[in-house]
Amino acid sequence: MSNTEPLLDVTGLTKHFPVKGGFPIRRTVGAVQAVDGLDFQVAQGESLGLVGESGCGKSTTGRLITRLLEPTGGTISYQGKDITHASRKQLAPIRSEIQMIFQDPYASLNPRQTVGKIISGPMEINDIDPAGGREKRVRELLEIVGLNPEHFNRFPHEFSGGQRQRIGVARALALEPKLIVADEPVSALDVSIQAQVVNLLQKVQEELGIAFVFIAHDLAIVRHFSQRVAVMYLGKIVEIADRDDLYGNPRHPYTRALLSAVPEATVDDTPRERIRLTGDVPSPINPPSGCRFRTRCWKATEKCATEAPPLVQVEGNKPGHLTACHYPETGNSAPADRLDKTPRAAA
Amino acid sequence: MLRFLVRRFLGAVITLLIISAITFMLFYAVPRDPARMACGKICTPETLALIKHNTGMDESVPLQYWHWLTGIFLGRDYPGFGNCDAPCLGYSFINREPVLSTVLDRFPTTFSLALGAAVVFLVFGIGAGMLAAVKQGKPLDKIASGASLVASSMQIYFVGTLAMFLFVYQWHIMSQPSYTPFSENPGAWFGGLLLPWLVLALIFTANYTRMTRSQLVETLNEDFVRTARAKGLSRRTVFFRFAWRGAMGPIVTIFGIDLGVLLGGAMITEKTFSIQGLGMLAVKSVTTNDLPMLLGVMVLTASFVVVANIVVDACYALIDPRIRLA
Amino acid sequence: MTSTDQQPFLSIKDLKVHFSTEDGVVKAVDGLSFDLVRGKTLGIVGESGSGKSVTNLTILGLHNPDSTTVEGSIVLDGDELNGAPEKTLEKLRGNKMSMIFQDALASLSPYHTVGRQIGETYRKHTGCSKKEARDRAIEMLRRVGIPQPDVRVDDYPHQFSGGMRQRAMIAMALVCDPELLIADEPTTALDVTVQAQIMDLLKDLQQEFGTAIIFITHDLGVIADIADDVLVMYGGRCVERGTKEEVLRDPQHPYTLGLLSSMPALDGPVDVPLSPIPGSPPSLLNPPSGCRFHPRCAFAEKVADGLCSTERPPLEVVDGRGSACHLTPEQRRELFADFAGSRQH
Repeated sequence: MSNTEPLLDVTGLTKHFPVKGGFPIRRTVGAVQAVDGLDFQVAQGESLGLVGESGCGKSTTGRLITRLLEPTGGTISYQGKDITHASRKQLAPIRSEIQMIFQDPYASLNPRQTVGKIISGPMEINDIDPAGGREKRVRELLEIVGLNPEHFNRFPHEFSGGQRQRIGVARALALEPKLIVADEPVSALDVSIQAQVVNLLQKVQEELGIAFVFIAHDLAIVRHFSQRVAVMYLGKIVEIADRDDLYGNPRHPYTRALLSAVPEATVDDTPRERIRLTGDVPSPINPPSGCRFRTRCWKATEKCATEAPPLVQVEGNKPGHLTACHYPETGNSAPADRLDKTPRAAA
Repeated sequence: MLRFLVRRFLGAVITLLIISAITFMLFYAVPRDPARMACGKICTPETLALIKHNTGMDESVPLQYWHWLTGIFLGRDYPGFGNCDAPCLGYSFINREPVLSTVLDRFPTTFSLALGAAVVFLVFGIGAGMLAAVKQGKPLDKIASGASLVASSMQIYFVGTLAMFLFVYQWHIMSQPSYTPFSENPGAWFGGLLLPWLVLALIFTANYTRMTRSQLVETLNEDFVRTARAKGLSRRTVFFRFAWRGAMGPIVTIFGIDLGVLLGGAMITEKTFSIQGLGMLAVKSVTTNDLPMLLGVMVLTASFVVVANIVVDACYALIDPRIRLA
Repeated sequence: MTSTDQQPFLSIKDLKVHFSTEDGVVKAVDGLSFDLVRGKTLGIVGESGSGKSVTNLTILGLHNPDSTTVEGSIVLDGDELNGAPEKTLEKLRGNKMSMIFQDALASLSPYHTVGRQIGETYRKHTGCSKKEARDRAIEMLRRVGIPQPDVRVDDYPHQFSGGMRQRAMIAMALVCDPELLIADEPTTALDVTVQAQIMDLLKDLQQEFGTAIIFITHDLGVIADIADDVLVMYGGRCVERGTKEEVLRDPQHPYTLGLLSSMPALDGPVDVPLSPIPGSPPSLLNPPSGCRFHPRCAFAEKVADGLCSTERPPLEVVDGRGSACHLTPEQRRELFADFAGSRQH
């Protein structure tokens, strides 16, 4: 990132979903802390990957950025303009610049609309008439995403899963967005098709200079697609860095455990580092005090239970590599006795 | 569970208050004067004013509603008509008796009709639905589905009149529909209600067949049914222990509401067979502008539906442990 | 498959599974053969519509008999299962062979406690008392690593977390010490850290009980972790098989090669595009002629006379290793050389 203004600047972003209960009159008795105080930036044309396991808040984050959800706290600035609580009307000009691609190519396309109608939908809603007419633009878009431009009159069910995801990409591109939030765009696709869509997104990103927030659970695909990657755990970013630093020198124990758990399609004679986390992710309704990862961390101490570690450039990190841990991992030395470590801290 | 019941009971009371208030308002929106009706053919302005005063109809509508409400707990006295002891659901100036006693008088009839019909349509509807689901796609399924489609497009007054003509007058294999209290003569009670039960149940049976079938077909395709088979359980066990359990929830829900509605009176059936139940009472009170009576029947009917809803929700939680009562 | 001293425990010969649908006949499995010995894990790899799940439902006899025709033979421990009476299969299911599924939440009954569902299997096959079944369920829950099993035994599946549900599912499948366990994408719906836990658990249990496992997945990474032997399916047919090392290090079929090279590696190059397989998986209603992979194959034109589109390539298996491709071994060595290079980073 240069010293130019970031495209998207998120500070302290928080989303709590109320939990209803109580007697005899129902009221809010708690909150699911889906996202809790996120800080990150996305530069023009950059791709930021958001990874983490289910329930970590990565999808909620995507929906907050696109303002499909109303944030509980924090600010979202787009090109220096605060859009955190912008009204529909204020958002209108920005909506066309921030687009979203969804996971399920079957559910996210209206089955009763032709492809042409689906792709030109955003143009209609925003009253945009491109030069040469909407149909011409639809054909162009179909061409860009690698579909036959003559197929604009067909319906979604006439396409395969991979092709449908291409239609979703074409729709997102219709308004020449500056930022695309892609929420698990390939995880519903067959393995052989995933690479097709990743390549398409990469081509789009490079040729059209679109910035991406790429949300996925597949660490290898995120690494391939995103220049910078943020790892989330229970609503917080635990580590954020350039991909080489994050994957090559993970400093947060969770990042390290996550990477070691990814099964790789290689049969090496030298066994890889194996960290096996025990237990499950705690409930976001009542997350652990201090560091939220401490209940599954093999390094946790009293300090971790009382003090939430800030997301900072810990010693030994390159600039831009931030880690939220009191006891960051060091180097690549992986002691063999790390296998099946159980947490030391009281739960 | 107790919390649930208390909360739902409070909700039910509010619902009933709103329903009674709306009925009250609606009735006064009709440009007819109930006092004039009660006054009779020769009606002097003086008598009319007196009646209005004695019946409380000279008060403002909200005040009248308030008196109606308090009357439920305190009872009321209508000079020139009679006493209405608590719980007083109102006093019919046309029949010259408290609403509640008329309603209680009619209730056993409606209750017998509803309950008998419910037994019939549950047994036949669910039975046929199960058969159709088991024999999915086979001739039996097609027959059951087709028959239920035909039956559900029938109208009671048509089927009822036809059945009465054939079974009662033509072939003499059924007795004339009538209501005899069960305590008096169980045989006559059964014989007199058999035809109304069957006719009333016909359309319900068709609906329950289709609903049971579709629910079962849906649950039979669930993953957990496949797992149960993969464990080595027999088709029969899987059907009754797993699939039926899954299908039961929605059926119980609809049944509760249907029963609640039926207990409020099956107007068309009662009319067709000239059975004096709550339905006929409601029809009559509309035609005679008998507001107190209509209001009483409405509130009673609404209570049945509301209570049925609470019972259904409680049952659903027993059937499906994923539902938490709160 | 490779060992000759052990009798195969499960032997499938020329299995064909066809469904009749409104649109025509779906050839879900079209001539599949494989053997499995005790204590080994066979990984079956394939994408949607490859026939991998159908194959395994058929082994258990859980296909719909009205619309499905099954040809070929399925021999489990000397007994032919294809065409066996339902009663016989019921005695085997959950007992000698059992199955775990992908979506544990949907695959467990929401209406019964976890303990009852586990105990039910045990009672069915041993005829023991309710008390014994419950004790067994608690023991199994403990064995699959569920904390406080004597309490959790009375929980419903929705009260368990995703990983615990899959553990409960495994406990249910293993309650009668089956000799064959079929795992159909058991970790696909799980997060990676939980997936790692479950795979470790399966490996441990296999060592303890000597269960033969068929592990179905679309993820070659999972295969690399858990399988001994691998069978790659495409369009209802086996296109390649061999040991895990053979298949992953030295793929012999263009489809396997394509799958391996389309996946980004955690330490692979990032500035080059991925190499996807073009097109989509075939429709089994109207599958391509000849080799079913030929419309997507990068090397189809290297074979003379358009053989790929006219003639089904035979699967010749020597010592458990084989692939169904018209390319000659020399051609493959030459054409696949790039792959070997790119994997050595």
